Amino acid sequence: MATYIARRLLWVPFLLLITTFVTFALGRYGPGDPVEILMGQNFREEVAERLRAKYGLDDDIATQYIRYLGNVLQGDFGESYQYRGRSVTELLKDRIWVSAQLNLAALLISVTLGIAAGLFAALRQGTWWDSAMVTFTLVGQSLHVFLTIPIALLVFSLKLGWLPSHGWDGFFSTSIILPALVLGIPGVAIVTRLTRAATLDVIGQDYIRTARAKGLPEQVVRLRHILRNALIPVVTTLGFSLAGLASGSFIVELYFGIPGVGLLTIESLFSRDYPIIMAVTLLGTTLFVLANLVVDLIYPVLDPRIRLGGDYVAG
Amino acid sequence: MLPDDTQRLTLPEPSLRSRSYLSLSLRRLLRKKLSVTCLVIIGIMYGSGIFAPLVSPYGYNDQDLSVAKQGPSLTHPLGTDRLGRDMLTRVMYGLRTTVIITVISLVTGALVLGIALGLIAGYFGRWADGVIMRVGEVTSAFPDIFLLLIIVATVKPRILEYVRNFEDATGIDWIVRLGIVDYLVISLALAVFSWFGMARLVRGQVLQARENQYVEASRAMGSSNLRILGIHLMPNIISPVIVSISAGLGAVAGAEIVLSWLGIGIQPPTPSLGVMIFENGNISVLRSDPHLTLVPSAVLVLLLFTFSLLGDGVNDAFNPRAR
Repeated sequence: MATYIARRLLWVPFLLLITTFVTFALGRYGPGDPVEILMGQNFREEVAERLRAKYGLDDDIATQYIRYLGNVLQGDFGESYQYRGRSVTELLKDRIWVSAQLNLAALLISVTLGIAAGLFAALRQGTWWDSAMVTFTLVGQSLHVFLTIPIALLVFSLKLGWLPSHGWDGFFSTSIILPALVLGIPGVAIVTRLTRAATLDVIGQDYIRTARAKGLPEQVVRLRHILRNALIPVVTTLGFSLAGLASGSFIVELYFGIPGVGLLTIESLFSRDYPIIMAVTLLGTTLFVLANLVVDLIYPVLDPRIRLGGDYVAG
Repeated sequence: MLPDDTQRLTLPEPSLRSRSYLSLSLRRLLRKKLSVTCLVIIGIMYGSGIFAPLVSPYGYNDQDLSVAKQGPSLTHPLGTDRLGRDMLTRVMYGLRTTVIITVISLVTGALVLGIALGLIAGYFGRWADGVIMRVGEVTSAFPDIFLLLIIVATVKPRILEYVRNFEDATGIDWIVRLGIVDYLVISLALAVFSWFGMARLVRGQVLQARENQYVEASRAMGSSNLRILGIHLMPNIISPVIVSISAGLGAVAGAEIVLSWLGIGIQPPTPSLGVMIFENGNISVLRSDPHLTLVPSAVLVLLLFTFSLLGDGVNDAFNPRAR
């Protein structure tokens, strides 16, 4: 087990090295000079020269890359071009906090509603409740934010006027409700579907009959025997849905004007703000790889039959 | 090869005509009303995209400001946009873009690269397997939408530049105008992300299939590697490949639309559902003319929905036991 974790963790820096290299090379290969974009109408060659020298953009690419790696190893991610004088670390810290709150809210909605609905549907298999839930899961998965955002805005902001259509005031405010809801809906459908399928699978097992036969109260059977075993596939997809959430949160942040990582990334991409693009790549890759690792590690806790370290594992 | 009389002894006459697993699965798929409905809807949407120049009522850039921003009517079934262009026509052309990009990226990424590399990795093993799987792990370590953004934002302008120079040098003027560069770069960038899933799937199937005795027998008879791969191993992977493609089509279509929405995918005036959603996505348009956003968004969701239903149906038909 320990060697398995060590092997997986050793692979992480290597992956990061490659991803930073690819991003660095792509960024420098693309057109557009960050200094030109930064200065816009007031472009003057001598000022531009000075800025390029300041940011080290006049060295050749290999030197720049090696210097960048050296700085990153010392925890210095550089200074943003578009927000002058602010370090990337400081900028990202605020943005990550905002995005994390939004994604957490969406995840909470997906997980609580999804597990409840899935368990509910499975325990009433064959009734119209069940069919209604199944229909919802089929439709819900395809509800792209491109459709749910305009509808949510039309209904709750424009017609009813209950919720704000734009902006960000932190976790405990009304402005988080719409973005978190539209971000969470596809997740609700997926978690419901998984929980229902897994629960149905578990209900048919012998040990459930045994548990009931030895006279355990129904609540205990449901919580300790059915739910716990049914959660295994749900936990797996949570790791993947984190990545899915991140890509959905781009769109939601742009639509609602939420100052999160997604919005910052798009801004940086258009203004060729390399230090931020690089930092976001590093952050995204690390999170993604670690999320997959965590999912693999949670497996054996929930299901002791699974042993790690054998064949190829995704991630 | 059994002698003729043995077959007649063991099997009744009608079932002498052998049915492959593939055709049985297709039959199972076509017996389901829901799957057939999905196939028909997707057929209509893809058909109206492919034949958009023939079946669309107007031209995609025909402007008529006197009828701008109208709701649905008999002459314009889905209304008109802010320049008086027919929405139905624009949706059809947008679907055309979606069709072109999904098809190119699936064929190059999943089908050609994915299957070929999966076969190589699974069949030859050793260092070929190691290299292919490690490269795949690296591509899948990127948060995909993010790398997609970077690739398209940086590589596309460069390629546009080369193509423009090429056009200047040769006098050809339609490559950039028709949006061919956009189509190619986006499809290929999407292909970079779709090959690995397929390669991993094919590799797994091959690892199982190559242990069969018929493979050993074929090798003993002196078959070449290519023959073993093509005749004995390929049939084993067709069903999982079909299942995986039917499940992945929606994701590719969605990714193109997101890229175009961000302004780095398909460039106007080439119509794309993403561009339509972006152009009309602000709150003031939503207040005055909600149909301008809702129509392209609804078409996108219908497309994703039918793809996901079809994917389920295909999965049930091809893996009847894994319900």
